[in-house]
Amino acid sequence: MSRMTIPEPDNLSDANLTAQGLRPAGNGRVLLLACGALAREILALVRLNGWDHMDLACLPAILHNHPEKITDAVRAAVDSHRANYARICVVYADCGTGGLLQAACDEMGVEMVPGPHCYAFFDGLAEFESRGEVTSFYLTDFLSRQFDAFVWRPLGLDRHPQLLEMYFGNYEKLVYLAQTDDPDLTARAEAQAARLGLAFERRFTGYGDLARVLEGWALQGTQGAPATRALQKP
Amino acid sequence: MSDEEDDIILSELDDEELVQQMFDDLYDGLKDEIMEAVNILLERGWAPYRVLTEALVGGMTIVGNDFRDGILFVPEVLLAANAMKGGMSILKPLLAETGAPRMGSMVIGTVKGDIHDIGKNLVAMMMEGAGFEVVDLGINNAVDAYLGAMAEHKPDILGMSALLTTTMPYMKVVIDTMKEQGIRDDYIVLVGGAPLNEEFGKAIGADAYCRDAAVAVETAKKFIARKHNQMAAG
Repeated sequence: MSRMTIPEPDNLSDANLTAQGLRPAGNGRVLLLACGALAREILALVRLNGWDHMDLACLPAILHNHPEKITDAVRAAVDSHRANYARICVVYADCGTGGLLQAACDEMGVEMVPGPHCYAFFDGLAEFESRGEVTSFYLTDFLSRQFDAFVWRPLGLDRHPQLLEMYFGNYEKLVYLAQTDDPDLTARAEAQAARLGLAFERRFTGYGDLARVLEGWALQGTQGAPATRALQKP
Repeated sequence: MSDEEDDIILSELDDEELVQQMFDDLYDGLKDEIMEAVNILLERGWAPYRVLTEALVGGMTIVGNDFRDGILFVPEVLLAANAMKGGMSILKPLLAETGAPRMGSMVIGTVKGDIHDIGKNLVAMMMEGAGFEVVDLGINNAVDAYLGAMAEHKPDILGMSALLTTTMPYMKVVIDTMKEQGIRDDYIVLVGGAPLNEEFGKAIGADAYCRDAAVAVETAKKFIARKHNQMAAG
């Protein structure tokens, strides 16, 4: 397999985060290994809180559409970065891996974000569960910006609009979980709801439980589950 | 579609050429052409069951294989399924009248809290194509809905589907309730859905996890044959 060209840490274009991910800056002893769709939010939290001991590497965000590939990709990334950090934390929730990512993280001795997916941890795990929204389709800031690349085109709706009912016929509402106050993104999300034939709701979440999880890891410093635990196995 | 293909007059093709053309038209998701070809074969005296198995199922098998091998993707499979559905709508009433062979019966539904039915619908359609009588409970089914349908229809097989990590554990609720009521072994339980895997299927006490619709059909046939053999031996 040929090696991908990974953008530099300051290259945070959505296109790069979608297709290639993000290479770590090489600073800090704790590596956050995240989905590219979370890069901007994580870097904002790191800067805001002065977590200089935390570095960030991202896998391509488009793995969101291929959850069957996430576990192996995380496993490979943990292996490749392990020697350079005292500790690695995986900023993925289950994300459709059906428990396989949690099992892999347990085996590798690294922590990951609890819950089913980023919608839940932005909304707040307890709140998300208590809402019991069965017929809602979710977007985040990233997914609202990248709606065509992550939803419209992969589902073939650009080529076969007649499939819309098959995909979204059972949904009632598009919920835009907003991390930031951005009128342009809100307008985009509302337009996307209209394209899907769904009602629209904007719900401001900020960084939700993501901020709390990262803060917990930041406070543990290098003292949490060591990145090298798996290497200590016989 | 090319100009050359535009010029094809289906009724002028001989049977072999027409079936081959139906394979192509299914592959391209051409519902109207499939319906026209089904009617032509019926007018030529083909038994409905033969049209179903040799033309429609034959064509969908190619689609299924190419999906499994990563040549076709979900949108194209859905278009093909929609075309097959058009053909099935003509054949279904005729199959009952003409006493087509019956492989067995199945109750199928998406579990509680889950509204996703694309995979479930594909399985139901392919099972019907393989000669199974299918009772489709739709989406968001609580345990009582499954139990009620099993009591009413006495199927050979119970099929459960889930797309979400949060809803797939509900399959175990259904199976555990079946155990409590002493009816678990009266049914073949097949489960499927994107986040599931074979380990999960085993862990919850299902008879098998089915990766896709084609696998579901083959697995169902295998279990039905085993059941018949056991009955013959017993």
